[in-house]
Amino acid sequence: MFSIVRSMWITFMHMFHKRETVQYPEQKNKLTTRWRGRIVLTRDPDKGERCVGCYLCAAACPVDCISLQATEDENGRRYPEFFRINFSRCIFCGYCEEACPTYAIQLIPDFEMAEYNRQNLVYEKEDLLIDGQGKYQGYNYYKVAGLAIGGKGKGEAINEDPPVDVKSLLP
Amino acid sequence: MEESTVNHLLIVVGVLGGLLIVAPGLIWLERRLLALWQDRYGPNRAGPFGVLIVLADTIKLFFKEDWIPPFADKVVFVIAPAIVMVSVFLSFVIVPFAPGIIVADLNIGILFFLAMSSMGAYSIILGGWASNNKYSLLGAMRGAAQMISYEVFMGLALMGTVLLAGSFSLHDIVEAQRGMWYVVPQFVGFVIFFIAGVAETHRLPFDIPEAESELVAGFHSEYSGMKFGMFFVGEYLGITLISAVTVCLFFGGWLGPDFLPPLVWFVLKTFAFIALFILLRASLPRPRYDQLMEFGWKILLPLTLINLMVTAGVVLALKD
Repeated sequence: MFSIVRSMWITFMHMFHKRETVQYPEQKNKLTTRWRGRIVLTRDPDKGERCVGCYLCAAACPVDCISLQATEDENGRRYPEFFRINFSRCIFCGYCEEACPTYAIQLIPDFEMAEYNRQNLVYEKEDLLIDGQGKYQGYNYYKVAGLAIGGKGKGEAINEDPPVDVKSLLP
Repeated sequence: MEESTVNHLLIVVGVLGGLLIVAPGLIWLERRLLALWQDRYGPNRAGPFGVLIVLADTIKLFFKEDWIPPFADKVVFVIAPAIVMVSVFLSFVIVPFAPGIIVADLNIGILFFLAMSSMGAYSIILGGWASNNKYSLLGAMRGAAQMISYEVFMGLALMGTVLLAGSFSLHDIVEAQRGMWYVVPQFVGFVIFFIAGVAETHRLPFDIPEAESELVAGFHSEYSGMKFGMFFVGEYLGITLISAVTVCLFFGGWLGPDFLPPLVWFVLKTFAFIALFILLRASLPRPRYDQLMEFGWKILLPLTLINLMVTAGVVLALKD
């Protein structure tokens, strides 16, 4: 009997407690920069697409929501012909970001992407590409890779020595 | 003669209209109060403090599919929710809201109230039976057992006040409390009546016939749309009824200091009890079915009988 009265009293005193509810649309939680939300494709400092179409993100994706087709431009530089993410499947695990060798695919702290039409959740490359570099500033894959593309030969990358002449004995 | 008829009609319409406003209002009140006691906000978007949620709920209920399952006993299925509404509304006939504001001052008022609240049990039994569904039937059986057993000492708990006032009319009982509210000499009777009232309206923690965590929704599992709405309204009006009757019997009805009109005193007291109902819901878990029956028959019934005997003895001794 006493415990009943006591539990009613405790419940009653909750009247004077602070309410836990976060009034969401008006009052938002602060998200950290590492929050895994919407996926974007970033550009390098020279405004070129960072994505080289290696398919690693599509392979890493546990729900198979990424699809892309790689192609090459006239300089031999790889880029995706199309890049499509189905956000109605995406679970925001961030594996694609970890798999990406060129920092192209990144997750940003935006999660408010609700839609009335399911088809609107399929994002094409134009929707995904942003103008900036995202979390990794100043990185340009083609400037540091040893690969020869149009406008940059072997040994011309940053921190790269000229190629060794294997036909010569001189140091 | 003419004027009194008009007056009477006004009272009837006023009580009916007032109750129909109170019932959905209570849904909002309950949700807000529960939220308050659980550190939440509850409905607070539609209109000031979210009161328009009531309107939204009502519209939703009206436009829901009013479905009768093909395996149900159709006639009984339709009648059952009406019984609870009608019996609860009829019970309000004997409640004196203020001096003169009473639909019918029956000299057997309390007996009428008890009879009508027993009628409410039929709606549970018939509703559960007609649904032709195992969970509904289980709920109905529990409801029948619970309401019949709690009916017994609900009536007996009132007899103490009837003895003290010497009348079955609620108006006379309230008038007899001018000196002292009956909650003081009849504290045991009050507590037992209130517990029985909670069980009678099958509110939490005694919502055994409904028991949504065990029986889907108990006796009204198969109901939808406005038929479900009628069960709902019946339940909330039942709360109001038990609160109003408790106030009349034990807390001096409309009596109170003169700075507020009698009707306001009555409404204030009634709302305090409605809030107590909601607090009970917020704080106590549901007992097991057999625990409920045991508590009723082994503890409350003997207590009620002792209370009645002692009251009768004291009244008899003071009379000489």
